[in-house]
Amino acid sequence: MVFLIKVQLREDYSNLIFYLSPLVAVALTLFFGSFIFLILDLSPIESFKIFFMSPISNSYGISELFVKATPLAIIALGLSYCFKNNIYNIGAEGQLTMGAIFGGGIGLLFNDSTSVFLLPLMILFGAIGGAFWATIPAILKTKFNTNEILTSLMLTYVALFILDYFVVGPWKDPAGYGLPKSMPFPDAGRLPVLFDGLRVHIGVYFAIIICFITYIVYNKTLFGFKLKVSGLSSKASQYAGFKYKNLIFYTFIISGACAGLAGLFEVSGPIGLLYRDISPNYGFTAIIVAFLGRLNPFGIILSSLLIALTYLGAEDAQLFLKIPSAVGFVFQGLVLFFLLGTDFLNKYRVFIK
Amino acid sequence: MQSIVEFKNIFKSYPGVIANDDVSFNIKEQSIHAILGENGAGKSTLVKILYGHVKPDSGEILIDSDLAIINSPSTAKNLGINMVFQHFSLFESLTVAENLILGMNENISLTKLKDNSKTICDKYGFNLNLNSPISSLSVGQRQSVEIVRSLLNNPKILIMDEPTSVLTPDEITKLFKIIKKLVKDGLTVIFISHKLEEIINLSDYVTIMRNGKVVSTISTQNEDPETLGYKMLGYKVSKAKQVSDINFSKDIFNIKNLSTQSKDPFTINLNKIDLNLKKGQIFGIAGVAGNGQKELMEILLNENDYEFSGDIIFKDLNINNLSTFQRKSLSISYVTEERLGHSAVPEMSLSENIFLSMNHKSEFKKGDFINFEKINSYASDVIKNFNVDTPSYNVKAGKLSGGNLQKFIIGREIMSNPELLILSQPTWGIDAGSEAFIKKTIVELSQKGVSIIIISHDLDELLEVCHQISVLYEGSLSNPLNVKDINITKLGKYMGGLLD
Repeated sequence: MVFLIKVQLREDYSNLIFYLSPLVAVALTLFFGSFIFLILDLSPIESFKIFFMSPISNSYGISELFVKATPLAIIALGLSYCFKNNIYNIGAEGQLTMGAIFGGGIGLLFNDSTSVFLLPLMILFGAIGGAFWATIPAILKTKFNTNEILTSLMLTYVALFILDYFVVGPWKDPAGYGLPKSMPFPDAGRLPVLFDGLRVHIGVYFAIIICFITYIVYNKTLFGFKLKVSGLSSKASQYAGFKYKNLIFYTFIISGACAGLAGLFEVSGPIGLLYRDISPNYGFTAIIVAFLGRLNPFGIILSSLLIALTYLGAEDAQLFLKIPSAVGFVFQGLVLFFLLGTDFLNKYRVFIK
Repeated sequence: MQSIVEFKNIFKSYPGVIANDDVSFNIKEQSIHAILGENGAGKSTLVKILYGHVKPDSGEILIDSDLAIINSPSTAKNLGINMVFQHFSLFESLTVAENLILGMNENISLTKLKDNSKTICDKYGFNLNLNSPISSLSVGQRQSVEIVRSLLNNPKILIMDEPTSVLTPDEITKLFKIIKKLVKDGLTVIFISHKLEEIINLSDYVTIMRNGKVVSTISTQNEDPETLGYKMLGYKVSKAKQVSDINFSKDIFNIKNLSTQSKDPFTINLNKIDLNLKKGQIFGIAGVAGNGQKELMEILLNENDYEFSGDIIFKDLNINNLSTFQRKSLSISYVTEERLGHSAVPEMSLSENIFLSMNHKSEFKKGDFINFEKINSYASDVIKNFNVDTPSYNVKAGKLSGGNLQKFIIGREIMSNPELLILSQPTWGIDAGSEAFIKKTIVELSQKGVSIIIISHDLDELLEVCHQISVLYEGSLSNPLNVKDINITKLGKYMGGLLD
């Protein structure tokens, strides 16, 4: 007797479950996550308290939550344009880095400026830098039909090395004791914080504005309609007369600009200068944020807060539970795994024949 | 004569639909037994159950009066049941003999297999070269390969699912001769079709199915197409009558010397196609599938910048280099062969599917924004005017039945007041009621002065609505024939490749 696992497309798969599955995935993550704590001889309930509650038990913690959620949300909102169009840009980390180089470069170029125009110029160049880096996989895809997953990913490492070159080379701070970092940006080039003494900055407003714009674009405009159609069926998109190659460019540029913006906000906000490790993998984690938020702009805001919490929780867990902070990535991985699983089971029926 | 197959209370349901509802009837040994019904009546499900391809929810099948448990096609083959599917499963790049040996359950040498195949081909008159690759064969010859493959298993029962839908009239006559000879030699043939005349010509008995249930099982002796059609549908369908004695004068659309030179071995190259279409004329392009219809439609739509030489002229304007969008803006409308995923997106609402094809119209846009109010009212009008059975325009297109969706799509195009409407397989795979409605609509539209091109494999459909018909054969288009004084033999010859 041979057992065959059969997978069959469900004809009646549920829209409700599609939107509920992130909650299911989070619940499953908590359930299986508790086994990790058990194996480590820790009480799951106490551990979860430290992981998910203690980081946001005071105003500083809540501010930090928004500091982490802001870049995740901005990048994920940008990525949602690509993903809706079935374009898999997974190089947001590189676009973020290039945004930090371009925008940060302006801050270093005018390092004695006190002009109110310095920060807007840095923001503009941050977006341009990210968009520029994203057009490279777009050109490769439309002209040579290369796989954008590979090219965008590989360009991430190129961007990281370029940043490396600048901070150990031409942009190294002469007064920096030889450390691989630039001199700090002038005050005029720093992102204003929302509350004195806390690090949460005006990037939050950008995230909210981008969220609303995205909502309108997806639901009310011709461009959003084109994305939806070409994401669902490329043949129907051709029938409608939409130019798929143009859409590839637009979506890459939008997501690159968003990632670049987020990179600039990191360096001109919490960090204040350029150095090697400007991002704890925000560009990659934002992919999880985008899918966990169901590519819905408001969903992305919620999921960015949840994933930001895993960053904070991991830090607290390291401090109080003496476990490696990489456990935060384990939780992010589990969420993505269970989300993909629930999506698959919602779309297909699996049975043994 | 004894019953070879007995269906007893077969029941099979899929989510939202009962495919077979308490189906019971018997098939006599050494007979040709037709199963007749509309698309979705449950014919295919029933034979797939007999072939072990689908498991019934309940019910029994008796073969030679013994209870048979058929849970896979290989069990079916061991019981002597073989099936020729509507869609062939042949490897294009392998030869006929190689494809035949792949279908064998037992080990057999290639020489022995060739001998056996040769015997079968000679005995029944299949004209096959065992060493030619499948890709060089016509659709009719490919079907022969499938039949020979089944016969090599020495079956007692042969199931054929809509075998004539891909054949020319000549090939159909030939196939029927072969089937009759096979039955004389002891085979029982189960023949699925929705074509009434065929069933009366060929079969001894017919089981009529409607909505998953058996209406009746009768001898075909005293039936004519009209009575059989009434039994199949449960209501009468009136034919669209084309008034074909109008004098057409004004040129609307011309194709001049259109040729393609593709190197891709799996596409058909078009060869010096000329076509002249007048205002208010319906022009049919007949022919067996795979003779260049797909390529011609691609050039007419211009979705992929397909390369060609020659000229396409719409109202004195050369439109060779115009995009799909620009052609639509000139009031040329298209309905493609594939409904889901091409001329409609199943996951999107009916309203959104209106905008899919009408996004070139400024009335549905406010700058870069979409005017959903206008679109919704347009969608309501299409639903009302074209008898689309749906509760609202918010319903997803994929939820509609084939016939309903096709009425919606054709309605969508017609309501935009096109001057030229190009349809590919407009009534393929839809219910008879919708089919009749669509044919009637097309005829009325032409009387209002709209020019129409229909590309179809269904000769009956073309003869019913068109003024002129040309046949596409291996990329060449025959001279147009006037339907009013058409010679069916000539048409059949054209379809078989004898163009003059």
